[in-house]
Amino acid sequence: MPSPRYIREIPARYRLEAGRCAGCGRVVYPVRKVCPACGGQDFELVLLSRKGTVVTSTVIHVPPDEFLNEAPYAMAVVETPEGARLMTQIVDCDPASVLPGMLVDLEFRLIREEKKSGILCYGHKGVPAGT
Amino acid sequence: MREVAVIGTGITRFGELWEASLRDLCVEAALGALTSAGADTLDSIYVGNMSAGLFVGQEHLAPLMADYLGLGGVPATRVESACASGGMALRSAFLEVASGMSDLVLAAGVEKMNDGADVTGVLATASDQELEVYYGVTFPGLYAMVARAHMEKYGTTEEDLSWVSVKAHRNGARNPNAQFRRLISLEDVMTSTMVAEPLRMLHCSPVTDGAAAVLLCPLERAKEFTDRPVKILGSGAATSTLSLTHRKDPADLDVVELSGRRAYEMAGVTPDDIQVAEVHDCFAIAEICCYEALGFVEPGKGKDAARDGVTDLGGKIPVNISGGLKAKGHPVGATGIAQAVTLVEQLRGEAGESQVEGARIGLAQNMGGSGASSVVHIFQGV
Ligand SMILES: [Zn+2]
Repeated sequence: MPSPRYIREIPARYRLEAGRCAGCGRVVYPVRKVCPACGGQDFELVLLSRKGTVVTSTVIHVPPDEFLNEAPYAMAVVETPEGARLMTQIVDCDPASVLPGMLVDLEFRLIREEKKSGILCYGHKGVPAGT
Repeated sequence: MREVAVIGTGITRFGELWEASLRDLCVEAALGALTSAGADTLDSIYVGNMSAGLFVGQEHLAPLMADYLGLGGVPATRVESACASGGMALRSAFLEVASGMSDLVLAAGVEKMNDGADVTGVLATASDQELEVYYGVTFPGLYAMVARAHMEKYGTTEEDLSWVSVKAHRNGARNPNAQFRRLISLEDVMTSTMVAEPLRMLHCSPVTDGAAAVLLCPLERAKEFTDRPVKILGSGAATSTLSLTHRKDPADLDVVELSGRRAYEMAGVTPDDIQVAEVHDCFAIAEICCYEALGFVEPGKGKDAARDGVTDLGGKIPVNISGGLKAKGHPVGATGIAQAVTLVEQLRGEAGESQVEGARIGLAQNMGGSGASSVVHIFQGV
């Protein structure tokens, strides 16, 4: 993953910046030009809460090359209280315990390293709530 | 719009074909389609292909194929919609003939996956790079999340998934072109290597080289080329969100329902009229979702269909009689065309020991990504 594109993703990945549609109230993460619910184009900046509920999950046993050292690891679609959903790894627990309905906190973590002396890439990972 | 018929088909063997190149495969399938119809000219060519650029470093596939087919000069276009590229190429060819723009149009599909590329990485490009792949999810991982959501919502079990794979291999064993022509037991599936929970290796389609092609023309001219044309009754396509995180409900493949509804409407038929179907079982859960989304069974009943024999040869609606993506193999860009080849064979009554007795109307469903695109075609023997 080449570095130049990385900077564009920082607001969403580091600060969990999302947009609340002025037309219908839908929270869209990351923010985009057109609301997928109503077609509106006016958004107010919102920061997602750093917590949520697991909607669905898996445990990756056969990982991409960049994640070889971490497998097996749990991944989940997490819904925040604002109704936005994001894909995250769920760590600091038994991967088998990550199931729909689990409450998680979202923490700022190292996600991956670019190959060939590239940069370190950050974002959020889920951990069991209250830990 | 004009009525459109399939008048010729061609398909290669599916598997790890180390001796065959991308262009070899495509030309073999295309020549098969032309020869079977006795045609030596074309007005236009569509090539369905997901990612020759990443698999073998070759883009700009369509003119290459036209040239190597000995038809340099003919207009040719590559169509891409991830694993639905083949079905979308068929749809493009169908529309070109139906519109009256062209008479003889070839829809080919090809993928050369075994040539040293990082297949996991290439397939993942069908999902959202920034929102999904970045965080370490794989393509099987996304369907695993669909499976777990389906289990949560409908009570589907790992055993239910496994019966789909057992059926696929039973059918694949009868298909001379299939990658895997051997039976597997429920225990084989349920003890195979875990890939992404709850999906095991034998719930997943393999990495495959292969190509397929169909030749289309207006129905009114079909008898010039064949005694047994197969009419395309309807074509329906749809899109959904690329990222699973934006999907309304990850348990249902809403894109399949929408594309199916459009195809049924155009064809003027209902799910009860379908006598044989090929659906996109890239993972066992996808086939179960398709049973429901295409109306073969009630929502939530898909889990029982394979185990109960409803979708087996001799059942109410035989599905993936070719072995499906699981056993026949899944050269991604070729799959949508290969489904059409299987159905044409069935509707002509030429499927030998795989024949669904009396089949007149068949349906093919081809999916892209984790359910971001889908295309459905309905065929009728004439
Ligand atoms: Zn809106």
